[in-house]
Amino acid sequence: MRNRIGVYICYCGSNISDYVDCEKVKDIAAETTDVILSKTTMFACSDSAQNEMIEDIKNQKLDAIVVASCSPKLHLNTFRNVAQRAGLNQYNYVQVNIREQCSWAHSNTPPQATEKAIKLVKAGIARAKQSQELTPMAIPSTNSVLVVGAGVAGMRAAIELAKMGTEVFIIEREYFVGGRAAQWNELFTTNETGREVVSRLYNTIMEANNITLFTGADIDSKTGSVGNFDVKLRIRPRHVKPDCKLDWGKFKKAVEVCPVEFDDPFNFGLTKQKAIYKNFPSEFPEIPTIDVEHCTKCGKCVDICDKIDLDQKEEMLNINVGAVLLTTGSSPYEPKTGEFGYKEIENVVTLQQLKRLIELNEYDLIFKGKKIKNIAYVYCVGSRQVDGENKYCSRYCCTSAIHTAIMVKEKYKTINNFHFTRGIRTYGKQEALYHKASKQGDIFLQSFEDSPTEVYKENGHTVVKIKDILTADKELEVNTDLVVLVTGMIPRKNDSINNILKVPIGRDKFYNEIHPKLRPVETVIDGVLIAGACQAPLNITESVKSSLSAAVKVNSLISKGKIELEPTLAQIDKLLCNWCDKCADVCPYSAIVKEVKNGKMFAVVHEANCKGCGMCLPVCPSNAIQLIGYTDIEIESMIEALID
Amino acid sequence: MDGKTTAPRILVFSTEKISDPAIDLAGLLKKHYPPTVYTINVPCSSSIKSKWILHALDKGFDGVFIAADGTDCSFSDTCTERTGELVQRTHALMKEKGIDPAKLKMAAICSVCSEPFVKHMKNFVEALAS
Repeated sequence: MRNRIGVYICYCGSNISDYVDCEKVKDIAAETTDVILSKTTMFACSDSAQNEMIEDIKNQKLDAIVVASCSPKLHLNTFRNVAQRAGLNQYNYVQVNIREQCSWAHSNTPPQATEKAIKLVKAGIARAKQSQELTPMAIPSTNSVLVVGAGVAGMRAAIELAKMGTEVFIIEREYFVGGRAAQWNELFTTNETGREVVSRLYNTIMEANNITLFTGADIDSKTGSVGNFDVKLRIRPRHVKPDCKLDWGKFKKAVEVCPVEFDDPFNFGLTKQKAIYKNFPSEFPEIPTIDVEHCTKCGKCVDICDKIDLDQKEEMLNINVGAVLLTTGSSPYEPKTGEFGYKEIENVVTLQQLKRLIELNEYDLIFKGKKIKNIAYVYCVGSRQVDGENKYCSRYCCTSAIHTAIMVKEKYKTINNFHFTRGIRTYGKQEALYHKASKQGDIFLQSFEDSPTEVYKENGHTVVKIKDILTADKELEVNTDLVVLVTGMIPRKNDSINNILKVPIGRDKFYNEIHPKLRPVETVIDGVLIAGACQAPLNITESVKSSLSAAVKVNSLISKGKIELEPTLAQIDKLLCNWCDKCADVCPYSAIVKEVKNGKMFAVVHEANCKGCGMCLPVCPSNAIQLIGYTDIEIESMIEALID
Repeated sequence: MDGKTTAPRILVFSTEKISDPAIDLAGLLKKHYPPTVYTINVPCSSSIKSKWILHALDKGFDGVFIAADGTDCSFSDTCTERTGELVQRTHALMKEKGIDPAKLKMAAICSVCSEPFVKHMKNFVEALAS
């Protein structure tokens, strides 16, 4: 039993101390038997606090430590390393979660939160007393990864992982790669087009011999755990044979004869699309595809191109990977009908539609047959919502709107841009764009959230009105030919992936990382990582940075060929065991076998097979099985401390 | 519930990889539940011993809740069945000891089930209080 225990209560800035009286918790912990020292700390994870713990362990000859702070998901390893650096076995460290499961969960009742924190810390001390010196186990891991989403972030991560020697499977739900970036023309800061960026990434992927790309593909199911996931992929048919060498003229003819027509999602409904399609000549993969949801299978396109196969079937493919990286990206916010006149006033569009409109109109900007002279950009649509759910700033949209306004001015010269903002957030280098737009004559107006910009029809004109704080709250109106709603970012709809992988989703509906600063690409699901705009509103540069970070993290996790796991093993007391085979019967890993010694039969655990699930524990009629780290004495002493 | 310590005390057995993240998420999202709910985590919900549950009730907990892995268990697809069996066995033992079986509840809590967890806790505390 440990009898020289150190206890540290973390304020976590004020995340804990705002609701929990940390000093009181510390004082009560200090009175507990076998506690040698008890301290509070502003940030237990800070270097200075860690060094202080190391000094304490050495100077006070501590044989166990307890840190009451955040979730173990975040800092278990941090403090285990502290223990190791001080010469203490890492399993003589116990983390008590008084943030997620106490101060935040009970922020509405601070005195009760303090009372609960005291009990949780006492339970942690009880566990520390019983803790043993252990050595972690190692399990083999497959050096291959599944990247979900072949947008810029996913493709960039795939390339980096492949370079580091990891085998990569990359799947894309759509039939063409590139995600949103493929839809955009010039990008800030390089003025490359989105397509050029996508082409470069696609070509690199095609040249790599350890990357396999599937388009029209989804995850169907997943079993296993970190290091060894078995994933079943569903690959939907493209209905065009892979050996199709696209003749653009022939393809255009096939498109012409297709009788089906519907709103083109690539152009956000500004144009029509046929059931056989390819959005632009250099789109990848090179061969077109058929939208089966709309195709009537009339066969007219087959008459023109014999590489079209309307009978292709869905395929299922099993792969084994060590980790999964989600790069599923984002979607533009779709305004509600009537929101700033959207879908009610005929000349109200979104920023994404304007971007496509610019590409579709070579000389004059024409919308619904009318030449555009004045454009009003309404900012923060679907972001920083006062009443709606999206409280966050989408970050990219101020820059994107201004960048688009500059393109408009450069391409069409005479158009006037009016920006109805709630304060411009062109952070970093993007501020240069704001300066450029101002210099070119764009008008920037600003309102507060309590008096939002209004869009309405008056005498046949579309009017945008603002109470402009930059001109001492003057009410200003602009007659406009086109209202552009600068819409924010929302995560892509991923219901099926979410059901299978169960990655936590935050209040903003984006995937949640373990910690935004300290573990920004990991999730609480071991072996499932996130990168790019599926995690938060990010621009392309930021998405790529995040994907490279995730690539390195994935590689470091699975490339060693083994992953360290908790030494949680079942142990059988041979004296108590009378071999009834119930434990062997329930063990999913065949880790328990019968042994006979001196005429007595008893169960034995094969440590190599035991995964530490503990399924054998409750079925033993003689309570002969203990799970390391979860022994009766540990659990029961914690129960007693909690109820004390 | 007013959150006073006189409210029924519940011991939750959560699982490290599946239900504990959901309980963390509830805190992160500031979804409040009674502060008399305490959690001990285990690797898998099918590893919980009846004697631990009985010990908790014997020592003064008013209820025990198993936040089970359900079908998300990474150890075995028999987890749900095994956890159900241990609940059944424990219910039988509770009856033998004259303890109301309603004091032990189980529900599958997946890693993002913060809302259901909070709802279960509020309902369980209310049920025990009444």
